[in-house]
Amino acid sequence: MTQLLLFNVTNGLIIGAFYVLMALGLSLILNLSNVINFAHGGFLVIGGYIAFAITPYVGFWGALLIAPLLTACIGLIVERILIRPLYGRDPLYSLLLTFGLAFIIEDGTRFIWGPQGKPVSVPALLAQPVSLDLFFITGYRLFMVAMVAITVTLLFVLLRYTRLGIRIRAGTLDLETVAALGINVRLLRSLNFAVGVFLAGLSGVLAAGQLGLEPTMGTGLLMPSFIAIIVGGVGSLAGTLLGGLLIGVASGITAVFLPAASEAIMYVLMAVVLLIRPRGLFGEEGMMT
Amino acid sequence: MSRAQAQQLVALAAIWLVLLLAPYWMVPLGGYTALGTRVLVLGLAAMSVNFLLGFTGVLSFGHAAYFGLGAYGAGLSLKFLASSTPLSLASGMLLGGIIGALLGAIIVRRRGVYFAMVTIAFGQVFYYIAFQWSSLTGGDDGLRGFTRQPLHLGLADIDILSNANAFYYFVLLCFALAAAVMGYILRSPFGRTMIAIRENERRARFLGIPVERHIWIAFTLSCFFMGFAGALYALVNNFADPRGLHYSQSGDFVMMAVMGGMRSFWGPLLGAAVFVVIQDYISSVTVNWMSFVGMLFVGVVLLFPRGILGFVRRRAATQ
Repeated sequence: MTQLLLFNVTNGLIIGAFYVLMALGLSLILNLSNVINFAHGGFLVIGGYIAFAITPYVGFWGALLIAPLLTACIGLIVERILIRPLYGRDPLYSLLLTFGLAFIIEDGTRFIWGPQGKPVSVPALLAQPVSLDLFFITGYRLFMVAMVAITVTLLFVLLRYTRLGIRIRAGTLDLETVAALGINVRLLRSLNFAVGVFLAGLSGVLAAGQLGLEPTMGTGLLMPSFIAIIVGGVGSLAGTLLGGLLIGVASGITAVFLPAASEAIMYVLMAVVLLIRPRGLFGEEGMMT
Repeated sequence: MSRAQAQQLVALAAIWLVLLLAPYWMVPLGGYTALGTRVLVLGLAAMSVNFLLGFTGVLSFGHAAYFGLGAYGAGLSLKFLASSTPLSLASGMLLGGIIGALLGAIIVRRRGVYFAMVTIAFGQVFYYIAFQWSSLTGGDDGLRGFTRQPLHLGLADIDILSNANAFYYFVLLCFALAAAVMGYILRSPFGRTMIAIRENERRARFLGIPVERHIWIAFTLSCFFMGFAGALYALVNNFADPRGLHYSQSGDFVMMAVMGGMRSFWGPLLGAAVFVVIQDYISSVTVNWMSFVGMLFVGVVLLFPRGILGFVRRRAATQ
């Protein structure tokens, strides 16, 4: 029993780490540009498939770095051509546009790589279990969690100490003032979008090694990321981080006792948080809009 | 009568004439009556979404949930409760509306994009429930094993099961009733208040309007309409589909409203007609229909953000 619980909590933490990576990207874009990026799951899929395509040439480690960067470039182009004209308008429009984009991406990957899933091999170094008792903790899973931890740390360092990060945070609070201070807001939004999509691409590469590749894999991860943001509190990246881990572990634990409810528990958690604390765990009062 | 009023009256008469004669002009044009029935039902659903989106100014991206609940409510009532068509419509409407009222109370605490996010997330709950609780809902295969029943009207029975035209007129009658109620609400002081909230929420609040409660009432009403439309949809197909609860279905409804024109009462019906016909056509000619529907979304947002009616009105105003 203890081992089963441990197994599921670990699983929950790992899947929660994915949610965090996805949700942080979504959250960055949402906070600065007021865009709900429905195509975020699509970018995850693009990242995974690009890694699959370039691994034979650059190896696993090369793909781990290059695939997210290429995904971010695609994101930059999409932002520039499709999303930028919509910034001044009702958020409804960017929502519908990215919603359509998600369709196109899913269908496009199916067209290029076929509807069947693609198996992805990870380096032998990472494939072994760490110990026999804890058979479920493979090197790859530890590696994934470590990668997420490093990425999140780097992201927070970027936001806290670099000029770009400070501008992003300032823009989140008051974009008009930031623009009045002579900062190129268009460029800021583009870069911020690219950072968010980079995170989606990275989660795609990591997820491919664990779950394999499928054109529909992005959609399944999108909804939990939304919940992570709502639970954590809109406008707070630390909240998103906590929210993602929380719902991951909660659904892991529920899977032990009531497997059918392991998805539903996330929604229950969200309803409870909204009832008791509508702004979310870490949300600030001023960010209610 | 002023000129504008006369024009409105003529347009209204034209709409009802087109709807009333649909079985007679659709078939020669290469359509089929069932397609017309589907347009009516999905159009009603899009109008219910627009009741919130276009007239209260809040975006619910999870309304498929209440549509689907209506469908399951109607199906379950026909299957387990009694074989009565009116009862199934009432149960579907009540199920969608009551659950909408309960969740709405939590949802209206947020506004803007976060309102949209919370509605999406809550909508998905029912998708998972329908998917997991297969002993009751049939799971992935959907709810089967029920059929719409003939109407007993005292003097005569109307067979709406096998006679496609009779069923079309039955659905048209239901549609007309719902549209009349919706139009009546929008003309009432409450409807005017909804529009005031859409135009300027802060000012509405200054006037002492309890904005949260009004949005909650609008949300609830819209869920009742949605449940009704869903129940009709279950009768159309004799089947309730879990995918009808999914947020991608909500996206379709919002798209119909936007494509037809959010600022007008009849826009969503027009949008639904165009959307259903395009989707029907595309999915019959290519397997990559998803890409085309996606491009339709992108195209409408970038090129026709005001929708067909908005575009036409603007042209008329500039000439």
